[in-house]
Amino acid sequence: MTTTSPDIRSSAGPAAVRAPRPDRGAGLGGGLLTVLTWVVAIAFFFPVAWMALTAFKQESEAASNPPTWFFTPTLDQFRAVIDGGAGVFFANSLIATGVSTLLVIALAVPASYALAIRPVKKTSDVLFFFMSTKMLPVVAVIVPIYVIAGRLHVLDTIWTLVVLYTAMNLPIAVWMMRSFFQEIPGEVLEAASMDGAGLMRTLRAVLIPMVAPGLAATALICVIFAWNEFFFALNLTAARAATVPIFITSTMTSEGLFLARLSAASLLASLPVLIAGWVAQKQLVRGLSMGAIK
Amino acid sequence: MSTLVEKHQRREAERRANVKTPAQIERGEAWRRRAPLLPALIFTIIVTQVPFLVTIWYSLRSWNLLRPGADRFVGLSNYADLFADSTFRQAAVNSVVFTLGCVLAAMILGIGLALLLDRKFVGQGLARTLLITPFLIMPVAGAMIWSVSMLNPTYGMVNWLIGLVGINPVDWTSTYPVLSILIALVWQWTPFMMLLVLAGLQAQPKDVLEAAQMDGAGWGKTFVSITLPQLRRYIELGVLLGAIYVVNTFDQIYLMTAGGPGTASANLPFYIYQRAFLGFDIGQAAAMGVVVVIATIIVATFALRVIFRSFEQKD
Repeated sequence: MTTTSPDIRSSAGPAAVRAPRPDRGAGLGGGLLTVLTWVVAIAFFFPVAWMALTAFKQESEAASNPPTWFFTPTLDQFRAVIDGGAGVFFANSLIATGVSTLLVIALAVPASYALAIRPVKKTSDVLFFFMSTKMLPVVAVIVPIYVIAGRLHVLDTIWTLVVLYTAMNLPIAVWMMRSFFQEIPGEVLEAASMDGAGLMRTLRAVLIPMVAPGLAATALICVIFAWNEFFFALNLTAARAATVPIFITSTMTSEGLFLARLSAASLLASLPVLIAGWVAQKQLVRGLSMGAIK
Repeated sequence: MSTLVEKHQRREAERRANVKTPAQIERGEAWRRRAPLLPALIFTIIVTQVPFLVTIWYSLRSWNLLRPGADRFVGLSNYADLFADSTFRQAAVNSVVFTLGCVLAAMILGIGLALLLDRKFVGQGLARTLLITPFLIMPVAGAMIWSVSMLNPTYGMVNWLIGLVGINPVDWTSTYPVLSILIALVWQWTPFMMLLVLAGLQAQPKDVLEAAQMDGAGWGKTFVSITLPQLRRYIELGVLLGAIYVVNTFDQIYLMTAGGPGTASANLPFYIYQRAFLGFDIGQAAAMGVVVVIATIIVATFALRVIFRSFEQKD
């Protein structure tokens, strides 16, 4: 360690960091931009913050004009939501999201591995096909799915949702995982096959650990879309297999509008994805850019 | 570095040294390589293509669950009815308005926010966290927040805010249903676009920016001639993925306006849902589904071409 470090940036404050980039962030203009950024950030966050506040109010304080800013927080609404049978809906959502995400990964990893090592013309055809299924509007298939599920006696079961959520997320997962596999240098595979490892062992011991961050990104995206899915759940489930989004709408329509309770239910429902997304922001960005862009 | 492809070609050559005929080996090798792909492919074909074929079949029948025994083949008459249906036309227009409006507004806002976030300032991480939150909120919850807490005519925050500057309260979701839904959609999708563009901005080589600065290019000129072209791929990807999801918007419409008043804010997914699950008109709903798919395929083929081209340019 030297005390006379030539690296200015490590010893100086943030002002010195800004110095080499006078076009952005420096001086009065930069200060105004920072203020603007914060104003917009708070504006975008405000509806969520207001929902969170409302969840801790009594109903009379929740639906007041002018709005109530100061109040004694209460957990009554959360208690009402949980006593109102939220547990079953959460369990259903947990199973549908968890199992479908595991299935997506189990199907997408080998498929994207195969697509990553075969850059022939057929590959882009297959990729195009996978992606084109995402273009198929879900409403165009909901009627036969409803009729077929009815004939198979699987309406209002979680497993119907699991199958549909798997199909819904599989194309995105294949696309993302393929680009992560493409980043792996060939030598790695070579070394594995020299050691006599078969495909399954190579996947498990060498490839999976290397694409782990990509796998996490893929899983996170699948979890978000499955947890938030509403349309299939609305049309294909009833009392037994209904998921959290259905629970939220049911709190709205059953005995009129209870704003505070609705806010508590919405907060509870959003919390798992919210926390996961906040914690794993880097993975989320990689996932959204589908790994296709570096 | 040798690529995965080269490695596999080598392995294939090794296999050829065996006693089997080349054709046999080639076939075996092809299947061996294809095998890991098959479960996903077969699953996807069964779950997505079979129901669609059934949709086509239903679309040729007159089948209303409210009229038992009336299920019969009617050819293309469902399609003929469709094109005479003004509600269908309005739903189609609304679909375009929602999709184009939301994707464009969210992308422009997203680019602006990404530029604001791509600077060093106090609390940068927290500001980004706050800004991505709408994307993470369950859409059903987001729709409820907007229709009740924000846009409600008596106690909504928006009316309270505009009341502070003396504007009379507005019953947003019934007076401006399309605008209300658009606001909720743009709020939900802007963070998605912002994150993508931010990833693009951070992937920019800094030396190019510095060189531009040395040459005396101003911020505006640098942005238009260097930053924007480099962001192109990210913007295209955002527009494509955003459009895929926004064109299927259902939650916000179902919860905020139920397609109303009348059918003023129904888009195609919502109208098809109405015909199928409230009107029980399976034949009509199926025909609409087929038309929507054909229209989507035409638009999507065009859009995917663009994306594929930009992917290939990179390689």
